[in-house]
Amino acid sequence: MSNSDIIINIVRFIVLVFLQVLLLNNVNMAGYINPYLYILFIILYPLDGNKGLLIFLSFLLGLSIDIFEDSGGVHAAACAFIAYIRPVVLKYSFGVSYEYNSVKIKKADPMERLTYIASLVFMHHFVMFSLEIFSFKHILLLLKSTLFSGIFTIIVVVCTMILFNRKSS
Amino acid sequence: MQQIIFFFIRNKNFLLFAVFFTISVVLTIQTHNYHNDKYISSANFISGGIYTFRNNITNYLNLGKENQQLIQENLMLRKRLDQFKETVVFEKLDSTILPNKYEYFTARVINNNYSKTKNHLTLDKGEKDSIKIDLGVISSKGIVGIVSDVSENYATVQSILNTESRVNAKHKNSGHFGSLKWDTKRPNVIQLVDIPRIAPLAEGDTIVTSGRSTIFPEGILIGTVKDFQLDKDNNYYYVNIDLFNDMTSLEHVYLIENNEAKEILELEKGVEDVEQ
Repeated sequence: MSNSDIIINIVRFIVLVFLQVLLLNNVNMAGYINPYLYILFIILYPLDGNKGLLIFLSFLLGLSIDIFEDSGGVHAAACAFIAYIRPVVLKYSFGVSYEYNSVKIKKADPMERLTYIASLVFMHHFVMFSLEIFSFKHILLLLKSTLFSGIFTIIVVVCTMILFNRKSS
Repeated sequence: MQQIIFFFIRNKNFLLFAVFFTISVVLTIQTHNYHNDKYISSANFISGGIYTFRNNITNYLNLGKENQQLIQENLMLRKRLDQFKETVVFEKLDSTILPNKYEYFTARVINNNYSKTKNHLTLDKGEKDSIKIDLGVISSKGIVGIVSDVSENYATVQSILNTESRVNAKHKNSGHFGSLKWDTKRPNVIQLVDIPRIAPLAEGDTIVTSGRSTIFPEGILIGTVKDFQLDKDNNYYYVNIDLFNDMTSLEHVYLIENNEAKEILELEKGVEDVEQ
């Protein structure tokens, strides 16, 4: 990771937390659907970056959201989980070679990219809503929330990536 | 020894993940226990400050509606005062000497959740303004929740829209009581359970707090009966209630402190100890 990468990631961390707690947590589409854009940090974290550091940073990211949301540790748990599982998802969506020929997430094949984003988003949402709801009685609510919030998050994540990709190139 | 060290190095990512995941799950489970001390809550210096900042900006958007509500409340209080004047002959009492059973505080809602299954609000008053854990929170239209955590300047409130919340409520006309639960489906409908079958319920009846706990005084408005049905055993009603309060747009709330709560709780605790 170069110096500019480190600065970009720090800024991204802070901006995403603020955007999430001040704006996106209040969208409440159809009463309960919110986009959780802040996991964009984990999605865009450099592929060659330290994996242990990513797990730690993701935990911090989730915990910051939890502090604002009064939700205990549900976001922290979900973030730590997807940070840990990320190498597996990368291998699964971009092929085994992702480690060697340094695939750029922003320039990869759209379908592969979508698989990668969707897998992380749905895993994150599933862990998060399971912990938040924490009962088998509401399993339908859990699946419904995961599906709809997940789709919403994916749309917002993809839009954000397209928006900022264009600006930088 | 070397083996152990190698094991740790080989699996360091997994161990790191396991540690963080465990911490998060412990924190989560802790929030499910209502009376435990919480380390993580939005009643802290940073998030409280940021929410106040946001609220200072968005406050202006609701001023018109807030004014309407305050006028409505003033009107209602004025009417009551007139009734009171007509019926009661005042004796000269120095009200400052009489101890009041309930004390009221006001606060502003700086953060409000209603789309999750366990919702909390954050208020801009804390220990400094003599807010304590377990105070009841109401708005001019009805019940809101119970204070669950306080810091020096801020407090978090466990909303009635929280699957962990249980508030005692009664049917205003007949006095039959039950407890409030939330089924997480809609933020304006709450459920009342354990109302006995003999209660003469009808759609549109008013439900108020029962005054059986030390948190809310009797007769705080909750909502009206929307529909009701008997549960599986045919002994109790399961009632859907339309809340008077719009939980999605709360701005100013009142906190109620019961000055006798401590005494009552101590007495009850004494009885329980004897029975054990």
